[in-house]
Amino acid sequence: MRLTDEEVSMRAGDRGPALQWAIDHQIRVGRYLGADDFVPVAQAHIMADTESLGVAGVEWLERMARLPIEQRRVCIPTITDPRGTDFAAAHRLKHAPWMLDLERRAIAAFEALGILMTDTCINYQTIMAPVRGEHVAYGDTGVVIYANSVCGARSNFEGGPSALSAGLTGRTPRYGYHLDARRRATLVVDVAWTPRALDDWGALGAIVGRLAGDYWQVPVLTGIDRVPGSDEMKHFGAALASYGSVALFHMAGITPEAQRLDDVVEAGQAVPSFEVGEADIRALQHSYARAVDTVDLVVFSAPQLSLVEMRQLADMLDGRRATIPLFAVTSPQVKPDADRMGLTARIEAAGGTVLAGMCFYQSYAREMAEANGWKRLATNSAKLVNIIGGYGYVPALMSMEACVAAACADGKVAPRMAP
Amino acid sequence: MSGKVYFAAAGMGPKVRGLALVAKDGFSARYDLDRMRGVFSRPQHKLAGESYVGRVLVLDAAKGGVATAWMLHDMKARGLVPAALVLNAVNPIMVQGAALADFTMISGFDVDITQAIANGGRGRGRSDPGAAVHPDHLIGEKELR
Repeated sequence: MRLTDEEVSMRAGDRGPALQWAIDHQIRVGRYLGADDFVPVAQAHIMADTESLGVAGVEWLERMARLPIEQRRVCIPTITDPRGTDFAAAHRLKHAPWMLDLERRAIAAFEALGILMTDTCINYQTIMAPVRGEHVAYGDTGVVIYANSVCGARSNFEGGPSALSAGLTGRTPRYGYHLDARRRATLVVDVAWTPRALDDWGALGAIVGRLAGDYWQVPVLTGIDRVPGSDEMKHFGAALASYGSVALFHMAGITPEAQRLDDVVEAGQAVPSFEVGEADIRALQHSYARAVDTVDLVVFSAPQLSLVEMRQLADMLDGRRATIPLFAVTSPQVKPDADRMGLTARIEAAGGTVLAGMCFYQSYAREMAEANGWKRLATNSAKLVNIIGGYGYVPALMSMEACVAAACADGKVAPRMAP
Repeated sequence: MSGKVYFAAAGMGPKVRGLALVAKDGFSARYDLDRMRGVFSRPQHKLAGESYVGRVLVLDAAKGGVATAWMLHDMKARGLVPAALVLNAVNPIMVQGAALADFTMISGFDVDITQAIANGGRGRGRSDPGAAVHPDHLIGEKELR
């Protein structure tokens, strides 16, 4: 990689061991992935829940946090993905004291590095959405795909170490979706039925993700007959990123870089094409529901709920009573508004629990299952059903309405019509 | 040392040897593994129930989210880590995680490496007798024990 004098200086350790490690880490990554040089980034977003960090990761952060202040501070706005608990509700989740202690240590270390503890995976809805063409270093797949696709910003998946490196150095290796050439479509998906509910959008994302198959594929969707809202794009993108490890999609006539299909597929260029219809979406949903007739809990999470989703949930719960655990997980930015507007009170009056600053699967999901006796989980998040099976759960993908109905019927799931 | 050499487009980490564990499936530390027990835990994964500890994992593509970037580091610290990852296609997260953990990983072949190495046929996954992973190539070994 070509290095500037400043980057050479960082690598030599002139600005301390934190920057030396960070630039060296970025060079190793950049070389592997074919970067010629670095690109300045405007923001960084770090995924670093303690279930992922482990004790080793927290100790690693603490060593960095003990450096002199002038050697350890991030130089661009650097924010965080959800944490591993909501301290206010940790007892309800049966999080063990050691988990909370590890979380506190990680938070203290991040704060010492100058990182803003936003604890959210919907920063594009709540903190500061990136603008078209802006280079950023984001570290949650749902955040990256939304920023790239809906906002037209430029980011690769930046795992915690790399996002932290970007925060420290103010740059990232220029490969992947920082490059024009990588942002062109590699497959076309013609959608014959535009999804309605959020779980429909998630199911479509899952199908397209499976078709795409890996990080370097860029699907362009045609046939979407209306402009999806932010929450719909959120669920679609999060599922697409989860099932396919995809970081960028286009919707012809809708997303900013694909006002026309020709903008992302050159005339005469042969790219694989696929058709997806309602039957495919129903089949995906059915595949996650057919083995479940009763659930132990209902979870709305992954991504965190927007204020609009919080209100939808509160409306659905009015006058009803959840008789199994029902969790609504939102961001620390949405939660005060939900409190102020009475949404939290309405959800909790109906037996639900509002959690903030965490995400269900990033919060010791296996240990929560063991401590609470949870096994069968209903959610309207296609991303969550894709992840949570690995933690020992049997997930069902259902609409928000169906999830609420199950929560208010002792967990009994109304049969979904087979496709 | 015997065996056919497969050259990778990119790689990092020290040279390692180990029994290969091969499947035409993806890899994500968060989605697929019980990292406390050292086994594949996602029921739909073709290696579900198999121990990955000390094995050269030969898989198709990096999948899932960003957590693997931290998790490889933690897995290595606890001694419950594969010997190496050999993938047809990586995503940046795997590279970033391997860089942090100083973990051996190579990727990008002119053949489907999960088909080239697979010839054992044990369990639900297919275990090759062995593989040696170098920074830029993989040797599928017939007699490695």
